[in-house]
Amino acid sequence: MNGTPKIIIRNLNVSIGKQQILRNINVQVPENKITVLLGPSGCGKTTLLKTLNRLTDLYEDVNLKGSIIIDNEDILNTNSDITMLRKKMGLLSQRPYPLPMSIFDNVAYGLRISGIRKKKILQEKVRHYLEQASLWDEVFDRLKDPASKLSIGQQQRLCLARGLAVDPEIILADEPTSALDPISSQAIEEKFMELKQNYTIVVVTHILRQARRIADHVVFMYLGDVIEQGPAAEIFSNPKMDRTKQYFKGAFN
Amino acid sequence: MKFKKTEETFFRWLMILSTSVIVAGLLLIISSIIYKGLPALSWEMLSQTPKGGFYFGKEGGILNAIIGSLYLSVGATFLALLIGLPVALYMNIFLKKHNRIVNIIRFFLDLSWGIPSIVYGAFGFTMMIYFGLQSSLLAGMITVSLFIIPIMIRAMDEVLKTVPIGLMEASFSLGSTKSETAFKVFLKQCFTGLVTAILLSFGRAIGDAASVLFTTGYTDNIPQSLGEPTATLPLAIFFQLSSPIPEVKARAYASALVLTVIILIISISARLLSKRYNKHKIKF
Ligand SMILES: Nc1ncnc2c1ncn2[C@@H]1O[C@H](COP(=O)(O)OP(=O)(O)OP(=O)(O)O)[C@@H](O)[C@H]1O
Ligand SMILES: [Mg+2]
Repeated sequence: MNGTPKIIIRNLNVSIGKQQILRNINVQVPENKITVLLGPSGCGKTTLLKTLNRLTDLYEDVNLKGSIIIDNEDILNTNSDITMLRKKMGLLSQRPYPLPMSIFDNVAYGLRISGIRKKKILQEKVRHYLEQASLWDEVFDRLKDPASKLSIGQQQRLCLARGLAVDPEIILADEPTSALDPISSQAIEEKFMELKQNYTIVVVTHILRQARRIADHVVFMYLGDVIEQGPAAEIFSNPKMDRTKQYFKGAFN
Repeated sequence: MKFKKTEETFFRWLMILSTSVIVAGLLLIISSIIYKGLPALSWEMLSQTPKGGFYFGKEGGILNAIIGSLYLSVGATFLALLIGLPVALYMNIFLKKHNRIVNIIRFFLDLSWGIPSIVYGAFGFTMMIYFGLQSSLLAGMITVSLFIIPIMIRAMDEVLKTVPIGLMEASFSLGSTKSETAFKVFLKQCFTGLVTAILLSFGRAIGDAASVLFTTGYTDNIPQSLGEPTATLPLAIFFQLSSPIPEVKARAYASALVLTVIILIISISARLLSKRYNKHKIKF
């Protein structure tokens, strides 16, 4: 473990219907670092990420056991408002889903639902977060345009700006660059490196080279199990488990 | 390879054929209404109430039925919207994870969609007698709204169903509640489709004769309050068609033409209107 843990996952078991999807997961996510969830397709990375945000609540027949502790609160067994809990986390999904409204309103959405109404403040904040996501220069003269008109790469950055505007502490990103060209991907990666000063970031990827570039902490998963985890330098230079070694060699993907 | 190509051609022609049958049938109906109705149509008919009794004399017009039908279907559609929209949103957002329950609800809605409207009319009539009400605009509105609520809910449901779960997750992950997701995201995304659902229900409401037969009554006057009976276009057509006088019979087609034009005007204007709000829709 490097640094203080922001999220502690203990004995987490997730099943949907009769299918066990995550088995006895124990993971610690360090604060202000980039943690990469690595593993072949179908191993449960997306499910783990969504459990952190309680988006698994939307699925039929999910069964969650264990605990996820964020800021001393077990979010799986809590009475407090899930809505507030979700505001602590910004989510970037595998493909961008802009809201059906203008570019401006997309970023202002989270601000408005948390009660900010003053036009001046909204304008300042929208600009700030669009700059944060390196999108401002491309859209400042067409903020009223529908978000759906942006390119996929721009939409992904818009989703980042929109997520940051809610003022989260944690950023959850599910293969955020899978729909993007190499240049847009690099822009997102660089953004993450910058953002980790202020945010705890969890990124799902199965691109090994991307993981090497950005990871501080690595969690390697296989078929619903966490096989190995630790500081990136250690895991990449000296993996202990056979499965991890195989994966790094490109034995399966 | 050869067989595949023949198969392709066969099905292509089959589709072209069935499409043309439908379009031709529709054109035939519309042209016969225009052909028979237009000569009988006059300004007098649109602007006056009827003179000459139950079977509609040759004099006067159908203004009472036009206004009655508009009152009735606008009222009924509005009532149905008040109930239908929340139910459709509830099914697709609040009950998202209870797919089984939603499917049971869908099943019952489809059943009630299949019940003929005369049964709703009879039910409305029984209720009226039970509560000691006389046939009136209000009784008609309530009966017709009962009849179109399942249609509206299912039409809206089909639209809301197409919203991808990713958009819902995006909304929740920004910290919106379920109601905020419903009213700020789903309504915007589905606006055009919801308007179409409302229109579909309005069309059913204004075109149905059986459910208003016992419940709204019939009168030559334009209704002044919800408690008064009212004439409607479908019933006017029904009475005119059954008249032995040829001139009155011809007026039935004129009334049908009026009904068709009303539906046309409302569809087109609502489409134009909803197009303006469609530009933010995310296409997936
Ligand atoms: N809603 C669901 N209902 C049933 N099974 C599901 C559901 N969502 C995911 N699964 C199953 O859970 C397992 C893990 O899926 P998950 O999407 O978490 O994998 P992943 O590691 O993100 O894969 P990928 O890299 O392809 O995105 C898969 O076997 C999948 O079939
Ligand atoms: Mg995934």
